[in-house]
Amino acid sequence: MLLSLFGAVESGIIYAIMALGVYLTFRVLDFPDLTVDGSFVTGAGVAAISIVNGVSPIVATLLAIVAGFIAGCITGLLHTKGKINALLSGILMMIALYSINLRIMDSPTVSLHSQPTIFSQLRDIWPAGIDSFFNGIFEAVGSRAPATWVIVIFMFVVVLAIKFLTDYFLKTEIGLALRATGDNQRMIRSFSANTDNLIVLGVGISNAMVALSGALIAQIGGFADVSMGIGMIVIGLASVIIGEALFGKKTIAIATIAVIGGAIVYRIVVTLALRVDFLETGDMKMITAFIVIVALVAPKLLQARKEKKRRIQKRQALGQVREGA
Amino acid sequence: MLQIKDVSITFNEGTPDEKKALQGINLELHEGDFVTVIGSNGAGKSTLMNVISGNLVPDVGGVIIADKDVTNLPEFKRSAYIGRVFQDPMAGTAPSMTIEENLAMAFSRIRKRKLKPGVTKSRKAEFREHLKTLNLGLDDRLNAKVGLLSGGERQALSLLMATFTNPNILLLDEHTAALDPSRAALITNLTKEVVAEHGLTTLMVTHNMQQALDLGNRLIMMDKGQIILDIRGERKQELTIEDLLKEFQRIRGEQFESDRAVLG
Repeated sequence: MLLSLFGAVESGIIYAIMALGVYLTFRVLDFPDLTVDGSFVTGAGVAAISIVNGVSPIVATLLAIVAGFIAGCITGLLHTKGKINALLSGILMMIALYSINLRIMDSPTVSLHSQPTIFSQLRDIWPAGIDSFFNGIFEAVGSRAPATWVIVIFMFVVVLAIKFLTDYFLKTEIGLALRATGDNQRMIRSFSANTDNLIVLGVGISNAMVALSGALIAQIGGFADVSMGIGMIVIGLASVIIGEALFGKKTIAIATIAVIGGAIVYRIVVTLALRVDFLETGDMKMITAFIVIVALVAPKLLQARKEKKRRIQKRQALGQVREGA
Repeated sequence: MLQIKDVSITFNEGTPDEKKALQGINLELHEGDFVTVIGSNGAGKSTLMNVISGNLVPDVGGVIIADKDVTNLPEFKRSAYIGRVFQDPMAGTAPSMTIEENLAMAFSRIRKRKLKPGVTKSRKAEFREHLKTLNLGLDDRLNAKVGLLSGGERQALSLLMATFTNPNILLLDEHTAALDPSRAALITNLTKEVVAEHGLTTLMVTHNMQQALDLGNRLIMMDKGQIILDIRGERKQELTIEDLLKEFQRIRGEQFESDRAVLG
């Protein structure tokens, strides 16, 4: 039980990078970008094929980021210069990427079996003391211990670094203009910002993050598959929505940490749901849809109930005063 | 400072909906001129504003700002010369961002945006000083989201954002029309103060004739895409609403007469 939760947290943090990318387009830019399903695989495919061809894992991961950035920029250009509706430009790019990804990988699946990855390299230099320390905790509560802590600890550092970079970026002069582009385009244009370029940049950065997430997932799972991105956008959205519902979105810093939390919570919920007897692995997409619906509807219901309670209390208080008089 | 040369623009040309929005407009504003523009709906006031701001490209003619031909410059590039306040109080600010962030974006109007923080300590102090001049208590609410402000407060902030970086041209497009009378009076006063303080070259469209008479040193009246009246200096100071209506009747009446003569 504890071990499978550990696995959920582990993959949750990696998908959190993708969710941050989705946050950037959906929430900051107000651009519903569906490129994600394709660019996730692009990241995975570029990283995998580079590693197989002898590129060092770190460089391969950087190449994946660049590929994702380019894919996102093209979606942005389709929308701004081609004047194609935002949703449609994303969809067009997504299906085009399916073929492009096949070309990149040269086959539907690329295996990384017995190839070096970022994580295998890290494990080589990882001090054994850390693992045995944490495993001691697991064993103390009577659970089997995970194979390694390297992924979870390393990824926490990476994700937090990306979070703080994103927070900083969104507060720079360019970042402010980017946010205003999603908030009030007419206004920011009147303050001499080129909204077209900002949209291209924003969607590019978003998909760079998505591709990074894909590249890391491929290196952990040991393969890249052309269909591994299907439904990725919904998972990203689910993370954003769950995070905002649970942890709030008052400031940028809170919203980004909420998105990371949302990605992890999503994985945990899915893991727990799949342990229920009558649910099968194939039900995962349905579970995802259900989680998103709950995350969207529940806060509104709670809010309505709270309002109603407040009103009733106020009326009762007023009634008592009148009776007293 | 601003020259509009022979600008014409026609919408839906060659269709039954054809509309000659501007017909050979010539207008020159000198530095420090404050011109009020009046005219009925469809007279071409907004089109004129849009041609100046770069929202619309004229069919013929040119726009020159500060001796630079900007006719073909896209809107966002032209904004480096122009401060604008829109009629809709929601249009001039970003609602989900804070007051200080909005001011920081306005601050970047005349500078290249870089990867350094938009709100710094020294800028904050500067923003606070500027906000104090509005006398609305906004200087204590730098971190408040602009969406929480009232329409009047937002419009005052828009006016500040458009002016504190000293634009070459200030365009005010019926910027008090959506406010209640007391807020409108407040914004009108602020406008008067801020234009005088910075000596801004201003073009203000309004439907309120009294406002058009009270503000500025020159008044133009538009009708059917043409400037039909241009009054400046002392003559403008003595002008009354009565005079304006009479003048309109006289000019358009004459034309009506001549039309009838042609048709008859």
